[in-house]
Amino acid sequence: MASFWAKEVPATILVAALLMWVMPMMIGTYTLTVLVIYGMLGFSLGLIWGFGGILCFGQAAFFGLGAYTYAIAAINIGDSTIPMLLAVLVPAVFAALLGAMMFYGRLTDVYLGVITLVVTLILFKFINSTAGPEYVIGKARLGGFNGIPGFQTLNVPGQPNDYIYGDPYYYFCAILLLIVYLLVSWLLKSSFGRVAVGIRENEVRVALMGYDVRARKTVLFAAGAAIAGLAGALFANWGEIVTPNLFSLGQSAEIIIWCIVGGLGTRIGPIVGAAGLAYLKFLLGQQSMIDNTLLTGIILVLFVLFLPKGLVPAIASLWRISFGRRRKLPRHGARRIRNGGVGNG
Amino acid sequence: MAEVVLETVGLTMRFGGVVASDNVDFKLRAGELRCLIGPNGAGKSTFFKCVTGLLTPTGGQVFMRGHETTGWNPHQVAALGVGIKTQVPNLMDGLDVFENIWMAARRFLPMQDAMRKTTEVIERLALGPIARTELGRLAHGERQRVELGLVVAGDPWLVLLDEPAAGMSADDVERMSDIIREMTRTAAVVIVEHDMQFIRSIANTVTVFHQGAVLMEDHVDRVMADLTVRNVYLGKKA
Repeated sequence: MASFWAKEVPATILVAALLMWVMPMMIGTYTLTVLVIYGMLGFSLGLIWGFGGILCFGQAAFFGLGAYTYAIAAINIGDSTIPMLLAVLVPAVFAALLGAMMFYGRLTDVYLGVITLVVTLILFKFINSTAGPEYVIGKARLGGFNGIPGFQTLNVPGQPNDYIYGDPYYYFCAILLLIVYLLVSWLLKSSFGRVAVGIRENEVRVALMGYDVRARKTVLFAAGAAIAGLAGALFANWGEIVTPNLFSLGQSAEIIIWCIVGGLGTRIGPIVGAAGLAYLKFLLGQQSMIDNTLLTGIILVLFVLFLPKGLVPAIASLWRISFGRRRKLPRHGARRIRNGGVGNG
Repeated sequence: MAEVVLETVGLTMRFGGVVASDNVDFKLRAGELRCLIGPNGAGKSTFFKCVTGLLTPTGGQVFMRGHETTGWNPHQVAALGVGIKTQVPNLMDGLDVFENIWMAARRFLPMQDAMRKTTEVIERLALGPIARTELGRLAHGERQRVELGLVVAGDPWLVLLDEPAAGMSADDVERMSDIIREMTRTAAVVIVEHDMQFIRSIANTVTVFHQGAVLMEDHVDRVMADLTVRNVYLGKKA
């Protein structure tokens, strides 16, 4: 813990500040903002899947729920502060209930995937069918497939006319991502996080030690949903409209691909995967030669075949092989790398 | 007489038409070391699973130190201070030995004490040289020893071990016996086992299972000499 506060936190902040400063020189802040938001969304699944072993096919449901909660609350309240908090809270509570139902019902693996997938579908279908004027929450019409436009976007707390948009909004999102990243890093260093990793490795064993696995998985699942909800609210502010497509299966599948490509079981992997693939999609969207979905599929297949652990772990081990020989390594690891080194000359 | 720490009354487990555990009455007192033996399919493991909460018995009751624990979840049973090792090794393969044992210790101890306890257990079980190695890379004997370490780290007053000596070399079995003997100083121990050599070296009282029910319960030497038990093991009609 001591080295976390003394080394990791300052180092993370330094790197993040550098990126925040350098990136706008290469990519416009408008695009960059959405990459940051997708990064946060990827991160939310990376947390529960990579560290808790919960494969959720419905992370988009929480993302959409966050966005819709924000839009509806913002129309009714008129100031963005409380809607932002609600957008985190509502998906978290929803996930806690859903998670409790699944984990206390001892559902695992594939059944979990099916249920989360179906919940996403239900939300998608439901929101899509709310075009009629009778679907109103307070002053907000749900709008069906047209979505909800024209809500109050992010403002300085207490001053509804002082909007945060453009460059400041980019920095706002980036700093939020940094805060979420640090919070999750802290969580993973804590006993709760370490036990969560234990649950990923062997649920039965952790239960036999006397830990209530069901409760812990539910809490982690809700934490992931809270982050996804926050990302959803940020996305709503960025796009200034929310539509049922946020709940779509395509979106859910993409989040999973981001995690696989970026590197599951790492913190930075899903963020890099999300931002990288989303940017690629953005670039490809500007031409019509190659189909976008096809390319995403090819990338996924190539990664699964050649870099099954993902980009970040691959780079990390390459780094260790090239520069890390003198570092103290675990017994077996050291031997293997030394043998590998001989062959390379 | 010492306190009864584990008792089952008429414990029954049916799988459809098969009665895997048939009306088992079982009593274990503090400080005792008991081996459960019996041929394959005798219902030892089913009994074990019903006691630890991995299975919910279809009939009967389980008591631990006076608490009725029938139908409890494994984590609730474990939280009482019961150390459990299942037949199939259950370990966190992607984590190192230290982290595995730390997690067991942390359940009952605050952060600093858990660290101290982990170091102590690693030293006691001579796991020092492999403390930072991932479980997935270890040999079978080492893994079994780590799993015993997990059990020890929780300072249990009741230890339930399902085939701890399975597939181990003679040296490993020897070391395992020492660890288990040390456990009996602070805990009552139940061992499900096949290895007769091992049982002779460690047990006093043995409970023999046959076709789901308790066949006999006596001192190890008398059990080994018993004609019915011999016949059951050799598959003859008693």
